[in-house]
Amino acid sequence: MSQYSWPDPATRPLLGKNISRVDGPSKSSGRAKYTYDYNPQGLLAGKILRCPYAHAKIKSIDTSAAEKMPGVKAVDEGTAEDALRLIKVEYEVLPHFVSDAEPPKTVAADTGPISSDDFQDMEENQVPDEEVIAAIQKRGISFKPSDKDYESMKGMGVEPPVIEALRKAKFVAAEGKPKSPYKKTAVQTQGTPDKAIAAAAAVSEGVYGLPCIVHSCMETHGSASEWPGDKEVVIHISTQNVCGIAAQMAEPTGVPAGNINVLQQNVGGGFGSKFSVDRWDVNTAKLSQKAGGKPVKNMLDRKAEFEVAGMRPSAYARVKVAADKDGKITAWESHAWGTGGVGGGGTPPLPYIFEIPNQRKQNTAISTNQGSARAWRAPNHPQAAVITMCAIDDLAAKMKMDPLELVLRNLDIAGPRKDTYREEFAIADELMGWKKRWHPRGDKSPGNIKQGLGLSMHTWGGRGHASNCDFSIHPDGSVEIKLGTQDLGTGCLTIITIVAADTLGIPMEHVKVLYGNNRYPQSGGSGGSTTSGGVTSSTRRAAVDARDTLFEKVAPSLKAKPEELEAVGGKVQVKGDTSRSLSWKEACAKIGAVPLTVRGQNPDKNKPPDLTNSGVGGVQMADVSVDVETGIVRVHKMVAVQDCGLVADVKTAESQVYGALIMGISYALYEEKILDPVTGIVLNPNFEFYRLAGLSDIGELKVHMMTGKAYDERGVIGLAEPPVVSPGASISNAVANAIGVRVPFLPLTPDRVLAALEEAGGSHA
Amino acid sequence: MKDDDARKPEATSRVSRRDFMKLSAVTAAIPLVLGPKVVEAAGEEVEVHGPGKVPVTLNVNGKKLSAELEPRVTLLDALRGNFDLTGAKRVCDRGACGACTVLLDGKPVYACSVLAIDAQGGKITTIEALAEGGKLSPVMAAFVEHDAQQCGFCTPGFVVATTHFLQQHPTPSADDIRRGLNGNYCRCGTYNGIRAVALARAGGKQS
Repeated sequence: MSQYSWPDPATRPLLGKNISRVDGPSKSSGRAKYTYDYNPQGLLAGKILRCPYAHAKIKSIDTSAAEKMPGVKAVDEGTAEDALRLIKVEYEVLPHFVSDAEPPKTVAADTGPISSDDFQDMEENQVPDEEVIAAIQKRGISFKPSDKDYESMKGMGVEPPVIEALRKAKFVAAEGKPKSPYKKTAVQTQGTPDKAIAAAAAVSEGVYGLPCIVHSCMETHGSASEWPGDKEVVIHISTQNVCGIAAQMAEPTGVPAGNINVLQQNVGGGFGSKFSVDRWDVNTAKLSQKAGGKPVKNMLDRKAEFEVAGMRPSAYARVKVAADKDGKITAWESHAWGTGGVGGGGTPPLPYIFEIPNQRKQNTAISTNQGSARAWRAPNHPQAAVITMCAIDDLAAKMKMDPLELVLRNLDIAGPRKDTYREEFAIADELMGWKKRWHPRGDKSPGNIKQGLGLSMHTWGGRGHASNCDFSIHPDGSVEIKLGTQDLGTGCLTIITIVAADTLGIPMEHVKVLYGNNRYPQSGGSGGSTTSGGVTSSTRRAAVDARDTLFEKVAPSLKAKPEELEAVGGKVQVKGDTSRSLSWKEACAKIGAVPLTVRGQNPDKNKPPDLTNSGVGGVQMADVSVDVETGIVRVHKMVAVQDCGLVADVKTAESQVYGALIMGISYALYEEKILDPVTGIVLNPNFEFYRLAGLSDIGELKVHMMTGKAYDERGVIGLAEPPVVSPGASISNAVANAIGVRVPFLPLTPDRVLAALEEAGGSHA
Repeated sequence: MKDDDARKPEATSRVSRRDFMKLSAVTAAIPLVLGPKVVEAAGEEVEVHGPGKVPVTLNVNGKKLSAELEPRVTLLDALRGNFDLTGAKRVCDRGACGACTVLLDGKPVYACSVLAIDAQGGKITTIEALAEGGKLSPVMAAFVEHDAQQCGFCTPGFVVATTHFLQQHPTPSADDIRRGLNGNYCRCGTYNGIRAVALARAGGKQS
């Protein structure tokens, strides 16, 4: 075992135990300060007037009235203190708004000449040759293949009659049509899906989906900027990316990145939406500059937060999934679509997890006139899980099989974490009582309350990011770690403290972590579950180096070699001879006048092994009841069994999973960003009409973290994304199990439940 | 909708309190009027304050705190902006989420939905006063123990609400907890821990 390896469980006083978060007292007592709480003397209030239309051109802005208002210190392109209404803005409302309803089956491109991309799409999707030839003859082609191109087509298996058709096709110049809001992505075919579907014992067809939802951070986006010098900016910003902000601020403010100091103690939620400097942050900095460098703070109001500060893209799909008589899934076909705002949409990895041998899939990304999508916990995965796991659940119902049984029979194609899933499903089965309680589709018991069970599974990467720290042991025995990270409430500070104290054999109270400042050693943004692995790895390496350097200084006074020493229980002592020891404080007194400081890094090839890893597995089960008269769904119980490699702190890790389950219940049952289909205006930009789950909505929650040698050995892996992937699918499946029909789209609101029952003939009530 | 009303005040016949607050923003340029004017409205004599700044004195955490505030200023803004008591947070700003919960005469209120001028004469207790002498209150300590907090932004509101709830329900049932602590939102999903806080204080077991 390398000196840097994670220690053996027997010699881990703190790592992997159940420890309260170190910043808990400051948060629960209200002392914790957030960007929103920054309140210096002379603080000016910044305000932004934003365009009220989804799709408009600003024709002119007249800020003169605002500038004349008493108290107004500066106006920047229509930004003024307390004077929004007095800025006159003329807008020209542009005509169209595209919704994310199913895209037309034939888009404009189908009538024009076939481009080389169109042709390639057709070939990759195994469009039958006769159809391809007919299309070429009818529409012409807008490209001129060379003999060399024809040769390579032959090489790729294009049949001679098709090549012949291309040679004879009339050339038609491509039309200069406006860009379509529909863009095909991820067109792909593998194996022989048509044959496999024709040969299948069972084929299930369905449509599934989930709408755009909003991050709904408790603390809205925003920042406070001030200019202590001519070319110097201090910015307090609500961010997941302390070390990434200065580089983004430099160009728009004209200040060298090195002169921009980024500060943040606490952040009131990010969930993927707070990585960048936003337009309003630049405005705020410019306002401060115009106001003589005085601090200006501007946090978005809740309505703006809903409109422009990010959302999770919608995703819908028509799916066919097929299995043989033994319940082995043999084929998958999906046409998915969704929107992520002006930039198009996400592309969920379909089918999720299962490497189904025969597949045909395509995705249409739809551009709509609404605020752009931002990363939302586990980007694309919750969507992929809903579409895939609901389709597989419907397939099981069609085969009159227990979906757990169907999934277990297909774990051999469930990718690199298949053994983890198997182990986890056994535990989840136990915790939920699945095998004892599961019934076939449609609760046949009398009365209007129907009960059902559903399941789902998920994966995520979570390898630790690049992260450095300066690790100091002071001569008085106190330990200080500096790094430019942030704690989103995940327990980041807690696990840094745990790793340091565990390695040095001292109480956690001796360790102080300084963070939230871009002048500290660089540490990556907190996204994609990369922080835990990154910060623990660099802390471990630094702590080991600092400890070993301390041993060198202490060894002579213990009449031992440095390598014979150990740091345990608040002492530095000779291994196997506890009579020769110094208290931690006495040992540190040998450091000399200045603290001992080392740099820890991740990754660090010179200091193996790799202390983090990529790829986790998790499974979840839901137990719900549905009132078939009112359509109201209640979650009674959720079970989550989750792997994240070596669990650094059980308590905060479990909190992450509990939180993900709750956020999942919220998006499964309540959340939807509703746009007016004509104007694109957000109709529910507040917490009265955009409902979040409350304490009364969550039911019983059981979380089981996978631990033990096999998991420990993989190192620390992040946990923020994976557990939030499965709740939507597992709850939707439980509802289908309860009422006997699929409610195709989340959120599972009463109107959707009742509509699904009605469509099925109302015979299930 | 309300923004539209505010843009055209003359077209608004019925003015809610919130609309009134927004209207005041527009007319902030009108010279200060100190002291209430008495007018007759709906057959009653009522005092009219503002729209300029008026002296406001609040009894917060046992201290008299005074400021010149426009009558439209909410208790939340006064606490945070004028007295630097930042424990109560603004999240929804319209009485839906509870992050700004403080006690007014011992009862929890959403400070975003109370005008500072109306809170005069009442006894206001904020999260800052619940940690006496910097020591965590038992409820705060239980929040730490049960990890009933993640990002922590909603936590002060929840601690105030839970403190009051447990005074009212020293041995709450699961149903009491569902009903009594449903007035605050959390986005990180800390309800499981908060429920455990309430149950542990009741000596109960989590169900």
